[in-house]
Order: sequence, then structure tokens, then C-alpha cells
Amino acid sequence: MNIELKLGDVARLTEADVLAGEDQLERQVTQACAADLLSDVLALVQDEGVLLLTGCMAPQVLRIAEVLGLGGLLFVRGKRPNQSMCDYAREAGLPLLVTDFSMFEACGVLYTEGVSGAQRKRFPKDSAR
Amino acid sequence: MLQAGNLEEAGSVSGDVRRELATLKVEEDIIRRAGIVCFEGEMNIAMYSQGGRIILLVADDRVELLFSDRGPGIPDIELARTPGYSTAPDWAREMGFGAGMGIPNMERQSDRMEVRSRLDGGTVIRAMFQRGKG
Repeated sequence: MNIELKLGDVARLTEADVLAGEDQLERQVTQACAADLLSDVLALVQDEGVLLLTGCMAPQVLRIAEVLGLGGLLFVRGKRPNQSMCDYAREAGLPLLVTDFSMFEACGVLYTEGVSGAQRKRFPKDSAR
Repeated sequence: MLQAGNLEEAGSVSGDVRRELATLKVEEDIIRRAGIVCFEGEMNIAMYSQGGRIILLVADDRVELLFSDRGPGIPDIELARTPGYSTAPDWAREMGFGAGMGIPNMERQSDRMEVRSRLDGGTVIRAMFQRGKG
């Protein structure tokens, strides 16, 4: 499905507060990934610009966002990152959003609006398995 | 050098590696894959080992990441390579790690990877990325 959803739309649809990256609300969101296990995020997300929905508040979530080139983080279930995480995200140019929606509800809203699940690319070694 | 259990800083080396590779104008695809491999390796050292180090090698034909730690070593490497297998302690799982995808993901993202480990000795992982593949 071809959609024109922006980060600002994501904030509006999930009634989210924007804690960092207010200047990037025009950024397109086409793919999203939802996980609390950061190990799974690392193993599954391949494309740049993916929006991550998570309830994981470990500071490593921000480092992973940098490594994977994520398009933004949407913290669910009302979990709020602390000040140092917000400062880090600002410095890294990474948008942080917080919603009171549950993971299920937030995913449902975005899926309904046409955001697709992040697909990881195939790697050369995959075909050998 | 990476300290064991230094979780506040764990994961920061991968950012340094990405920046270094970008400065050296290494291919985007390799920067991305090496960043992921470095992060996984770095977390493994922080979570499971008694400390270790990461060496980055950049040559015209390849990029290599060498992870070495001071132990305790992996008892069964084949088991550690199995997706889903994890010995992560509870505190690591609470942080979102321990899905048992670390070594499998490192292998998948790299072009070649070797794992050598000795109990009470330590573990050495060498991940290689072939350059110039277009």
C-alpha cells in the first residue's frame, strides 16, 4: 500500500507527546517494528528509517536506533524516557515519542493507516540455509 | 578496552566504529552491517565476559572486527550459534537482551565469521566484511 504517513501523523494518531525530534515531524514513516526485545530488533530490522514501537527503556535502545538508522522511537504504555535519554536522542537527531496506548493499540492504529511491518532483506547466507 | 558489566557505556563502541568507517568512506552497506555486528559483540563482552577488547581493521579489500575477551569461554560453540539459545542472566533479559540471536545475527550480517573459545581462557570472534562487491 502506498501511503503518505508522517511522524507528525503518528504522534497525532497515537496521541503521543514528542520528547525529541520536533523538527522531524515531516519525516515519512512507511515501515514499523514492534518489540521489547532489543535482540530481536537487531536481528529483524534491516532498512533505514524504520519506526520502532517499544516498551524497553534501557539506554541501549538509543544506541540500537543509531546503529540501525531508525526513523524514530515510539515508547508505548506511557513509559517515559529519562532526561539523559532525551538529551542523547536530541544530540543524535533521533525523534522520541511517548504514547499511553498499549503496544497492541499503537500497532493497530498505525497498521490501519497503512504502515507496513519492517521486512529484513535477505542476506547472501540465507539462501544457503 | 571494554569493562565487564559496564552497561551504561555498552553499545557505544559501535557508534565509534560507524563514524570511523564513514570517515574512511567505506561502503554504506558494510558500515551498517559492521555496526550491527559490533553492537552484538560489544553487548556479548559486556554481558557475559570478564572484559575484553574490540579491534577494527580496514583494508582495501575488507573490513574486519576482532572481538577478544578474558573469559570465561563458551562451553559449546555450536549450541551458542543456535538461534534462540541464550544463557543471558535475568538482568540482561530485563534490559531487552538474551533473545538468543546474538551470535546467529553476527554470522548473518558478516561475510565470514570465526568463533574460537577456550574454557577458562577466553573467546575470540573474527568477523569479516568483503569490500568492493558493488
